[in-house]
Amino acid sequence: MVKLVFIQPDGDSQTVEAEPGVTVMEAAKLNDIAGIEAECGGACACATCHVYVDADWVEKTGKPEAIEEDMLDFAFDVRPESRLSCQIKVTPALDGLTLRVPAKQF
Amino acid sequence: MALDEAAAVADTGATEFDAVVIGAGPVGLFAVFELGLVDIKTCVIDILDRPGGQCAELYPEKPIYDIPALPTVTGQELTDRLMEQIKPFGAEFIFSERVDELQRGEDGRFHLKTDAGREIIAKVVVIAAGGGSFTPKRPPLDGIEAYEGKSVFYAVRRMEDLRGKDVLIVGGGDSALDWTLNLAPIANSLTLLHRRDEFRGAPHSVEKMRALVAEGRVRLLIGQVTKLDGADGQLEAVTVKTAGGEERVTANAMLPFFGLTMKLGPVASWGLNLNENLILVDTEKFETSEKGIFAVGDINLYPGKLKLILSGFHEAALMAQAAYKIVHPDKKLLFQYTTSSSSLQKKLGVK
Repeated sequence: MVKLVFIQPDGDSQTVEAEPGVTVMEAAKLNDIAGIEAECGGACACATCHVYVDADWVEKTGKPEAIEEDMLDFAFDVRPESRLSCQIKVTPALDGLTLRVPAKQF
Repeated sequence: MALDEAAAVADTGATEFDAVVIGAGPVGLFAVFELGLVDIKTCVIDILDRPGGQCAELYPEKPIYDIPALPTVTGQELTDRLMEQIKPFGAEFIFSERVDELQRGEDGRFHLKTDAGREIIAKVVVIAAGGGSFTPKRPPLDGIEAYEGKSVFYAVRRMEDLRGKDVLIVGGGDSALDWTLNLAPIANSLTLLHRRDEFRGAPHSVEKMRALVAEGRVRLLIGQVTKLDGADGQLEAVTVKTAGGEERVTANAMLPFFGLTMKLGPVASWGLNLNENLILVDTEKFETSEKGIFAVGDINLYPGKLKLILSGFHEAALMAQAAYKIVHPDKKLLFQYTTSSSSLQKKLGVK
């Protein structure tokens, strides 16, 4: 299992375990992480699973692909470390991945 | 009865149907099929400008793998095939309208009114509204509600209202670009704000926009709105976060284009028993707490409910049996198969 750390806007943090192969969004939903809405269910079609990848992890998670970059246009307060969590696959290399949940999804 | 009723209808200008299906997603479309097989003529109303619902709006190009007998089909293909399948039933389609009002009239039938003021009367209503009606996304900026409809608009109803204004358009898709091109000639000033210097919209619109920027008729600003300033619903300026810091942009009209989201909308006010944003139904007829109003597909809830298209298809089939008893109370329904029934095949136009 891979550990993922979600940090809420108020600083509260939750560590969850995810099976490699699922997406970060799925892991968040399975563990009822607040602020991850995922309205479209993971189709990269709504931008309501927006997260900020912690600076130490940006390189490991990689850059968004074009379709995700387009969809980030629909997110609020987009930053260089913004990703849609449905587009990040959990791998053993991401053990300890730290993500910040934005104050607001659209 | 017929004469009096016809007169009443003529007075209100309402159109009559056996059934109204609210929502033209896959389940709403298949409901037309099942209702058609039992001689129920339908009208389908959808807020989008085309059929398909979420399949068309959210994932037209994405494959769906769990439609029986179709190992893989995209949202758009599924929609196209359903439209072909229901063609023989000649359903009336009303697009780009939302059903706002639904109440039972004195005659026991349902009276519906859309946001365009259109009135429809039906013996049964089938709510197949999925996740709700697609509505423009509201940027989660503090206090934005107060400006909406006064100086913040999610759609342009009358271009003239924006003549001479300092217009701020936010977004990078076709809506943002099209309105930039349309409003630049009549606005006092026009700023197009987008978070990056890349646009999703049609390339020729992007070119035209860039030409206007080069001519100095449109200002292109790369950044994101963080704050609205104004009073009494009248916007005066917005604060924009840019790569270089913060900037205050004067604007007395803002048009944010951030796509669509699904909201339950007026359904919540129709007096139906709900659980959160879902309509409670029985599993025999998929009828709501109001006799004659059915709910199928993602919008309903019952023990064991799965939000799958195939579940919605099943629900539509059972719903149609119950709807038949309301629409044709004096007739007995003979259960038949399309494979062997010549009468069903006739309805389907099989030669």
